This record gives sequence, structure tokens and C-alpha cells, in this order.
Amino acid sequence: MSVTVKIPTQLRSVTGGESDTEVEDAGTVGDVLDRLYERYDGLRSRIAEDGDLRRFVNVYVGGEDIRFLDGLETSVEDGDEVTILPAVAGG
Amino acid sequence: MSVVSLSCRECGEQYALEASYVCEVCFGPLEVRYDLSGLDAAETRRKIQAGPASIWRYADFLPFDKPPRSALGAGMTPLLRADRLARELGLGEVWVKNDAANPTHSFKDRVVTVALAKAQELGYQVVACASTGNLANSVAAHAAAAGLESYVFVPSDLEEQKILATGVYGTKLVAVQGSYDDVNRLCTELSSDRDWAFVNVNLRPYYAEGSKTLAFEIAEQLGFEVPDRVVVPVASGSLFTKIARGFDEWHQVGLLDRGAPTMNGAQALGCSPVAQAFEAGHEVCRPVRPKTIAKSLAIGNPADGPYALDLARRSGGSIDSVTDDEIREGISLLARTTGVFTETAGGVTTAVLRKLAERGDIDPSERVVLVITGEGLKTLDAVRGTFDTTVVEPTVESFEAALSQDLLAAA
Repeated sequence: MSVTVKIPTQLRSVTGGESDTEVEDAGTVGDVLDRLYERYDGLRSRIAEDGDLRRFVNVYVGGEDIRFLDGLETSVEDGDEVTILPAVAGG
Repeated sequence: MSVVSLSCRECGEQYALEASYVCEVCFGPLEVRYDLSGLDAAETRRKIQAGPASIWRYADFLPFDKPPRSALGAGMTPLLRADRLARELGLGEVWVKNDAANPTHSFKDRVVTVALAKAQELGYQVVACASTGNLANSVAAHAAAAGLESYVFVPSDLEEQKILATGVYGTKLVAVQGSYDDVNRLCTELSSDRDWAFVNVNLRPYYAEGSKTLAFEIAEQLGFEVPDRVVVPVASGSLFTKIARGFDEWHQVGLLDRGAPTMNGAQALGCSPVAQAFEAGHEVCRPVRPKTIAKSLAIGNPADGPYALDLARRSGGSIDSVTDDEIREGISLLARTTGVFTETAGGVTTAVLRKLAERGDIDPSERVVLVITGEGLKTLDAVRGTFDTTVVEPTVESFEAALSQDLLAAA
């Protein structure tokens, strides 16, 4: 199984310019992010702090904010799309 | 001029004055940083008073090296003394800042004027926004005036008046099947890969600066004084925090003898993530799914929530919420005591003022300013069925019969 992760502009300097990437065999959003942290040096400190997401980072699964689901424990299935976005837009 | 750079509000990292809004180090929001040390208070005050009758009279506090020209403009709306409203609420001195008196009838003309000037300075041909309605009206109109192409994204269930008052300007209107927060997410994604100026996404640091001009005007209209308390509607929290910033900047320069006053935020109960976090003592907001008639405030995931909470606490104020019925009563209260007909957001603000008064939070000696951000004609459904009309035949007899039956007693 695999999920697609969409990377915002602000993180592409650590992903070598990639705007999306595939992650295999991850059960939860937390697993997906851990894989990305292993893959991309410097990513963790940008979006995470003390084991949780920074407060100005939003993560969505299939367009739904994970805070309406189970947070980092939200399960992901084959074909899901995980989107990381800055939270400071709008209003 | 005094504008210096963009700066991360969380970690202080500095960035060039370009179209960016997020710190690449920590994902915090970027803000415009100024060096106000070169401004002399007396000279600045003279310059303001001799300036144009628009927000550009405050150009020293806006993010441009050279004050731009704008086709439509914004600002210099009336500050009305509301003695009848004050009396009804048992308060001493209440003023209404009527920002419905802007070109597209809401405070959004302030932020859009600044954002579009910056978009043009940076060379953008296309402007866009994610809107709950008032911003849609404003971006469409100001883009038309400036000759820019525009895309306006709104939730598909928006009030008809706001849809019509946007489409008329010839914008490309996109109705998104989802909530405002869905619209916002979509626009954030689109801004990653399109060379468009999204006024409240990639131009948000500049856009937000426009809200400070509300504080500048209030202070200037009160004779360069700060009121004791300001009541402001809260959606993303940007307006609320930038009004305080405006007072603080003028205090820093010596134009005012104090900074931000007690700041009270107003939300609708059906979309009150900031009020809930305030009550619970939290530092961040948990997002909610909005369900309220106050659609212009229906942001379930407020970007400036943490800063609004901090400001309310620091200033001795609060963030309160009111029900949809209280919102309708608020619209009516403001209309019948001041002659100002506001939209649902203004009903929220007025109803919160009443709540604060009834709770005894406001001392009778206080000078209070109520910030009314939008026009009642945009949300007519909110007042439908709230009063009676007497129907008569076109004869004196019919009218007098109606009068004698007390049918007109309430009028």
C-alpha cells in the first residue's frame, strides 16, 4: 500500500524541490511523517516540536483536517492523499 | 521610509519584502517590520493631518517605500457618538466606528487597498482571495478599478447579496462546495504553484497591515487619544490583533500617550473557537465546524487564534460569543439606537457589547468604541420577519382606521 504526500512550497528546499512523494506501508499519519523525517534531512525541526506538530502546521487526509480525526494517530489507507500546509492563511 | 523587512512572529527570522507569508524555519507567520525610530511625533502628526482623506494619510505606517496611488481607496469612515445606545446599555460613552461606509461596504477595503498596491508593486497581473463574502466584494471591485484580473473563491452557500455584489465587477467567481476552511485550504494549495497574488495567503503580511488603519482613524478622530476599550469581531483574529498593533505603534512614536486599550473580541456561538479557548484557558484554538448566521465570521480554523487569545488576556479584555438570536437582536439594537444598519458580524459585535455591559465588565466612566465592520444590506435574511408592516388602502380613512386599531403603535 502507498499514500501520496503533498509538500508545500515552504518545505521544498528540504525535499530537493519535490512537490509530492509516495510513502509505503504506513499505518497512521504519524508513521507517514516519521518516514518523511527519515527521508528528508531537516524536515522534522521545520514542522514538529516536542513530538507534536508545530502550531502553525496543518495536516489533512483526503482534505480533512486531522484535528477532526485522530490527530497523528489518524489511520491512512492505500491511495490516501496526505497534505501538509501552513496554517497562517485566510481571514 | 520606515518599512524594513518581513519577520517571523515566532522565531524572528528575517525575510525580504516579497510575496511570502510563512517562515521556512518554523512555519510561523511573517509580519512586516518597521523602523519607527526616525519618526518625530509632531512632524508625523502634521503630515497625517495634511494627508489624503484615505488610509494613505497613514503611509508612514504601511509597508511601502513610496505611498502608492489606488483607484478606489478606503478609509476615513465616520466615528459616531452613540449616546442612545450607551443609555440603553447603562454605559457612559459609546462610539460606533462605521466601517460599512467604505467603497464596498466593509472594512475589507482597507486590507485589499494595501494588498493590491503591494501586488502591483511586485508585478502581479492576477489577484485572488479566499473569502467569506466581504473580501470577495472588495477584491473584485478593487481589481476592476486597478485593471487586474481576479479570481475570487467563496463557499457555495454564501448569502446571495454577497455573491451578486461580487460577480457584478466581472471577476472570475468560484463557488467551492465546502466550508470557508475548505476554501482556505484550496487557496493555500493553489498559491504554492500559481503565480497569483492571493491577498490573504501569500500577500497576507501586507494585507493584514491595512487593519491597523482602523486604530489610527479611531485615535485621530478622538483627537489623538486612545479609548478605554474597543470591541471587535473575531474571525481569523487578524483584525483584532492589528487594531491593537496600530495603537501600540502610535504610542511608540509618541502620537498617543498609551498603547492598546482593553480589547474585547466578539464571535458567534456557532463558530467560536477563539471564545471557547479563551474560556477554557487554552493558548491555542481547537478548530470547529461553523454553523451560524454570521457567515462573514465563520472561520472554524482561525490563523491568528493564539495571538488573539494572548492579546485579550494581556489587555484585560475577553473573547465572548453570542447566539444567532442575540445577533439578530444586536442588529436591531444598533439600527434603532444609532441609525446604523449592520450585517450579522456587526450584530455579533453589538450583542457582545450588550453582554459585557450586562455582566458589569464595563465601568460607566469608560469610553468604548464598537467596531462595525460591514453593511446590513449584505445579509438581509437576518432581519426578515423581525418587524411588521401595516398595509392600508390608499385612503385617509383606511390609514386612520389602522392607526386607531393601534396597528401602527409599534412603529
